[in-house]
Amino acid sequence: MLDFSKNYFELFGLPVGYVVDATQLSERYRELQRVVHPDRFASATDQERRLSMQGATRINEAYETLKDPIRRAWYLLTLHGISLDDQQQTTRDSAFLMEQLELRELLEQARGADDPYAEVERLMSGISKRINTLVGQMALHFETPSPERLEQAQELLRKMQFLQKLRFDAEQLEAELDEAL
Amino acid sequence: MALLQLSEPGQSAAPHQHRLAAGIDLGTTNSLVASVRSGRAETLPDRQGRHLLPSVVRYTPQGVMVGHEAREWAALDPVNTVVSVKRLLGRGIDEVKTLGSRLPYELAPGAGAVARLRTAGGDVTPIEVSAEILKGLARRAEQTLGGDLQGVVITVPAYFDDAQRQATKDAATLAGLKVLRLLNEPTAAAVAYGLDSGSDGVHAIYDLGGGTFDISILRLQRGVFEVLSTGGDSALGGDDLDRAVAEWLMGQAGIAEDADHAMLRRLMRDACAAKEALSEADSAPIELELADGSHWLGELTRERFNTLVDPLIRKTLAPCRRALRDAGITAAEVRDVVMVGGSTRVPRVRELVGGFFETEPLVSIDPDRVVALGAALQADVLAGNKSDSDMLLLDVNPLSLGIETMGGLVEKLIPRNTTIPVARAQEFTTFKDGQTAMALHVLQGERELVADCRSLARFELRGIPPMVAGAARIRVTFSVDADGLLSVEAQEQSSGVRASVEVKPSYGLGDDEIAGMLRDSIEHAEDDMQARRLREQQVEARRVIEALSAALAEDGDALLDAGERAAIDSALNDLVELTRSPDHKRIRVGIEALEKRCEFYVERRMNANVRKAMSVHTIEEFE
Repeated sequence: MLDFSKNYFELFGLPVGYVVDATQLSERYRELQRVVHPDRFASATDQERRLSMQGATRINEAYETLKDPIRRAWYLLTLHGISLDDQQQTTRDSAFLMEQLELRELLEQARGADDPYAEVERLMSGISKRINTLVGQMALHFETPSPERLEQAQELLRKMQFLQKLRFDAEQLEAELDEAL
Repeated sequence: MALLQLSEPGQSAAPHQHRLAAGIDLGTTNSLVASVRSGRAETLPDRQGRHLLPSVVRYTPQGVMVGHEAREWAALDPVNTVVSVKRLLGRGIDEVKTLGSRLPYELAPGAGAVARLRTAGGDVTPIEVSAEILKGLARRAEQTLGGDLQGVVITVPAYFDDAQRQATKDAATLAGLKVLRLLNEPTAAAVAYGLDSGSDGVHAIYDLGGGTFDISILRLQRGVFEVLSTGGDSALGGDDLDRAVAEWLMGQAGIAEDADHAMLRRLMRDACAAKEALSEADSAPIELELADGSHWLGELTRERFNTLVDPLIRKTLAPCRRALRDAGITAAEVRDVVMVGGSTRVPRVRELVGGFFETEPLVSIDPDRVVALGAALQADVLAGNKSDSDMLLLDVNPLSLGIETMGGLVEKLIPRNTTIPVARAQEFTTFKDGQTAMALHVLQGERELVADCRSLARFELRGIPPMVAGAARIRVTFSVDADGLLSVEAQEQSSGVRASVEVKPSYGLGDDEIAGMLRDSIEHAEDDMQARRLREQQVEARRVIEALSAALAEDGDALLDAGERAAIDSALNDLVELTRSPDHKRIRVGIEALEKRCEFYVERRMNANVRKAMSVHTIEEFE
């Protein structure tokens, strides 16, 4: 069985930090699955299969977390003893909130546009750009994680979550458009 | 029975034996079986040299007919001849009804979520019909390969939901087959191509089968096939192209909407023939035999055909776009598009798909056989015939899994395109004092409302210790295994009491129903059941003994001290003795005892393997 006391970074033999080498991450992921995945135990005992299933599940969970910049930030904060789940706080950056409202309005208008797909596409690439900018700032905060820096990292994460929700709603709209085809 | 030989420590296990395994493509229109022989995967023909087995089963009072012979009767005896049963597999009785008044079958009245078709040979479920097709293919493989199959890999559309996967697995159980893995069809196709060309990079697999459409985006890197995303439509396929042509023909020839089943079957057959002819020619002549015996003569041009099928082909491009997005990949980054399924022979399909992905589609392997060939390669690896193989397939769950919350809404627990196996836990509490049971409704789908998602199962948790309202903390864990099948576990956190989970599949059969069918299919029920159970336990015991002996030979000395080794050896010998017992229950107990005794060793082994894999390049980072 995998050592479940290890954190995801340790599991993958990577230094704990926000900047992750994507190629190295996916290489380690494949190496780990090669020895743990249930398909390696197709004719093993039930017990080995159970263990392998647990191990493979853990590795998948770790991989999905480290791969995604938003989940990775969330996870790093929990390693620093900060859980965003317990807080109902929202961002107080009024300029950011105004922009969110505008983006939501654009999304609503896309529904009735001449080429709704193109509108949604444009909106989504805008959202991705904004998230990428935040990812760059996030990396700086985690480089020297002082309490103030971690406070700012939380604020960034809240903004990322806003944008993520917006991206999700844009995908929903696209799915609705597909269904109307 | 000969006493099993145990190898001495340090020696390798018994000389390697080739285990017979096969890959089965259980298709909507046709099915295939393939196996790896002398290092090459090939589809296995029947005695007449035919590779495809039509997925058609006819029931008569005298018995069951499968394949070509049954297909002859499809138009003559439509009520008793089941075609395209895959479309009904894992679907509820209501869904089967809405699949179209065009289905010629009579549904048996009665309770139960699973549709039963009324035939001259009795009422049958789609699971039993599929089991007949699987039996036919397994028989062919065993005759060709000259021995019993140790296991099979059965392919399913990537977009199949949990109920459809479970139904496929149940059909295999009924057919008496051991399923090594349910493998997604596009992944199987990628394996068939990937191992030939050995090309690393991102690939798209476009699979337009008879009744289902799948798109998968996957990355191949040094033998590891990592599915990045998958999408599709489990109710759209090549049949629909035929139907579009048939409907046009009805209008042209003035055939009424309420034409009889035989007429409709003939129309579909002629439409399909015209579609196939148009893959080569620019126009196809059509001659229809009408109900009054007169003939209608007409012609279908490729241009007209394209306008008929374009809306359907475009419908497949929406899931393609979504799959790319989910994978975080642009069309330009896709290296190849692999075409799978007979309908990808249609030139218009190739043209539109090639245009979408901005590349010429790959068609070098027969699109009808490529899935079965990939499944055979995977079966060979899983059966243990290629222990040095680097091949590993990492798949995803195709649809989001969620539970019903207040107000008829779905809360997603496991989003679509999450790599499997995966587990997610959620905590619930009681809302009444002393409450000891609770119900959970699990759904699959992307929409927010329960009514728009597909109901998978209702779970009842029982045995929650009575507490005041809100005090119990019940942690429910949803797991999806490597086959894409869901299971649920529940535990009350403060007391540690495990709640029992009772599953009521919305569209499947319960375990007892499967057992019942299995019993019915064996004639002298009791004796045969006993003999069967004994055989099963003996096979299982031998498997455990073999696996453990091989493990001990490999690293027993390194990982165990003398005392531990002696304890395991003695338990192992006990089981070897027990395999000669005529009592299947005693063998079972012996297997469980041995597994318990080895628990720590198995964990040590897996840890050692993980350490070994990670130590290659990262020793300094571990410290």
